[in-house]
Amino acid sequence: MKVVMLVKTSKKLYNQSNSKQPIWKMKIKKGIPLIDQHDKNGFYGGKFGGNYVAETLKKPIDDLTKLFEKFRKDKNFLKERDDLYEGYVGRPTRFIKLHNLTDHLGGAQIYAKMVSDANGGAHKIYNAITHAMLCKRAKKKYICTDTGAGYNGKMFSMVAKKFGLGCKVFMGQRDIERQKPNCDAIRKNGAEIIPVTSGSKTLVDAVSECIRYWVSNCDKVHMGIGSLVGPNIFVKICGFSTAQISKELKVQLEDEFGEIPKKLKLINCVGGGSSAYGFWSEFVDYNKNQIEFIGVEAGGSSKSKLHAAPLSKNSKLGVLHGSAAYCIQDADGQINDTESISSGLDYPSVSPIHCLLKDTGRARYTFATDEEALKAYKLVTELEEISPSLEPAHAFVEAIKIAPKLDNSNIIVVDSCGDSLKDRDIIKKHLGNYSR
Amino acid sequence: MISNISSVFKNCRKENRPALLTYIVAGDNTKKKSLEILKSISKYADILEIGFPHNAPTADGPQIQNSSYRALKNGIKLKDVFQIVKNYKNLRNAKPCILMGYYQMVFRYGEKKFVKKCKEVGVDGLIIVDLPWPDNKIFSKLCKKNSITFVQLLSPTTSRERMKKIISDSHDMNYFISMLSTTGGKLKVSPRKIIKNYDKIKKLNKSKNTVIGFGITKKTIKSLKKADGLVVGSALCKGITETLKKRQNPVIKLNKMVKDLKKQIS
Repeated sequence: MKVVMLVKTSKKLYNQSNSKQPIWKMKIKKGIPLIDQHDKNGFYGGKFGGNYVAETLKKPIDDLTKLFEKFRKDKNFLKERDDLYEGYVGRPTRFIKLHNLTDHLGGAQIYAKMVSDANGGAHKIYNAITHAMLCKRAKKKYICTDTGAGYNGKMFSMVAKKFGLGCKVFMGQRDIERQKPNCDAIRKNGAEIIPVTSGSKTLVDAVSECIRYWVSNCDKVHMGIGSLVGPNIFVKICGFSTAQISKELKVQLEDEFGEIPKKLKLINCVGGGSSAYGFWSEFVDYNKNQIEFIGVEAGGSSKSKLHAAPLSKNSKLGVLHGSAAYCIQDADGQINDTESISSGLDYPSVSPIHCLLKDTGRARYTFATDEEALKAYKLVTELEEISPSLEPAHAFVEAIKIAPKLDNSNIIVVDSCGDSLKDRDIIKKHLGNYSR
Repeated sequence: MISNISSVFKNCRKENRPALLTYIVAGDNTKKKSLEILKSISKYADILEIGFPHNAPTADGPQIQNSSYRALKNGIKLKDVFQIVKNYKNLRNAKPCILMGYYQMVFRYGEKKFVKKCKEVGVDGLIIVDLPWPDNKIFSKLCKKNSITFVQLLSPTTSRERMKKIISDSHDMNYFISMLSTTGGKLKVSPRKIIKNYDKIKKLNKSKNTVIGFGITKKTIKSLKKADGLVVGSALCKGITETLKKRQNPVIKLNKMVKDLKKQIS
């Protein structure tokens, strides 16, 4: 990559500790997709990301990088992908105004981008399609992936079936128990769920186990990571895929308003950060005073100290699953347990790209608790004909919080990136009933 | 001055046998026990690899994962790992020690501070599983400056061109991963094939000591005798698991296991 991320502000600027290290100012370059703004070692902003992998994976990762860089510019590849997005995913997903919620809150106008319309019910389908297409071109017959909420596993199982690939989905035992509808779908598509019983039995362990499986089988199996995390190439493939969301949204905004609104807030939940990246990527170059990005992490239960919000709770930089990012950890470097009602956000680290967006000030990150998410889910589903899963319910919390404080010249768009059906049992348990 | 690690290989060569390297996790299952194990197997092993456990390991098989989780559950911290090494190295006939683990632990501790601490307690070498070449260039130089061997890893997927570069940057020991596997997988390639790959590596530079690891047990160790050194890890961790299940003393079991391994290659 030719992009140089670091801009030296002044040759004479040194920090106060008399270190020989000059102060570098982290900047986002205009006109270049964020996923490509890394240095030759895969670092964003000089310190986020990288490729911390075992030697055995160096070659498979290099091979995958070459393959992706070749095909991302290949007309036939892109045409096949766009046809799949059109006919199979069903694009564009709707962009709708939430009239009742807007009236109820009496402030900013609230819209939703209904990414949950996508075939399978969430944004994870975009990444799964790219991976299946790359897997085919690598002439591999098997694909493996991790899953938390089960959506990524479900999408990989769908595309594996479509492309005739064998598919293994690694999933924490705890998530298998709490996301049954998606597990049923994965099995129905003929994929195998590998229960992961180590550690906290959630997404973090599922990703570790998936990488371990790939270490042993990288000659025959293609691995797809389910979010904007992992070694650099996986961050890039995922971002390249989910960018579809903001490409659609840009057109839809122009259709609705005749231009890109002057005061726009794009609110998205952030676990690993794949949907947030996709929701924002087309708008990165806009001034943040015009288009503000707000990421909402999982604050966990208000009764517990545990959370899954490394950005908004200022966790330290750490190395997990092949890349450096802010990560919930103890003083010794062990990864701490996380807790969230939402499996899809229940991850101790976050994408290196969101670390860059945070440190450059381009995006603002906050968190919502389990209770707030449930309350927001309840309000939104009572007022509107939509049913967001508990992940986007976190984003709705923030929309509900800020909308009354803003006037109606402000436009808020929430990425409703998942459908609630998978959360049926959890919602029933907490709210007494679930109707769809 | 020749390093402790180099002189081990030199002596083994004189005895016409490979060096025996053992791996156990520090603090498995307690700080005290693991020190006792190290002391006890020290009689037969030539180099002791000691794992500093991490709870998100991406390259370990179930046996070493079990050992790591056991140690962590008993509250092992990095400072304890260093203390164990220090106590062991105080023995009169202490063997060279190589610490092995994941980069996150080093990163959190601080690279410089970590290497300094290693030197202080008498660590001879370091294996950082997920810090491959060329990303390890700066860190391996830092190790060298502090007279610590940074062990480079080579795998069956490493191309010849890459191998040449890695070996030219390497110190006095390289580690060849026998097969595509996490640690402790079943040996799914024939020993002959492994030795063939090993020979290719040695051809690139005869003077570099190269050990083979992953999947080596009492049954297979003899067939790999040709190597400069052989690492047994998961089999030993499994030994600890089994004795704990049976409420036996892991020290006695491990002593016997390492003694038997040594017999196979002597």
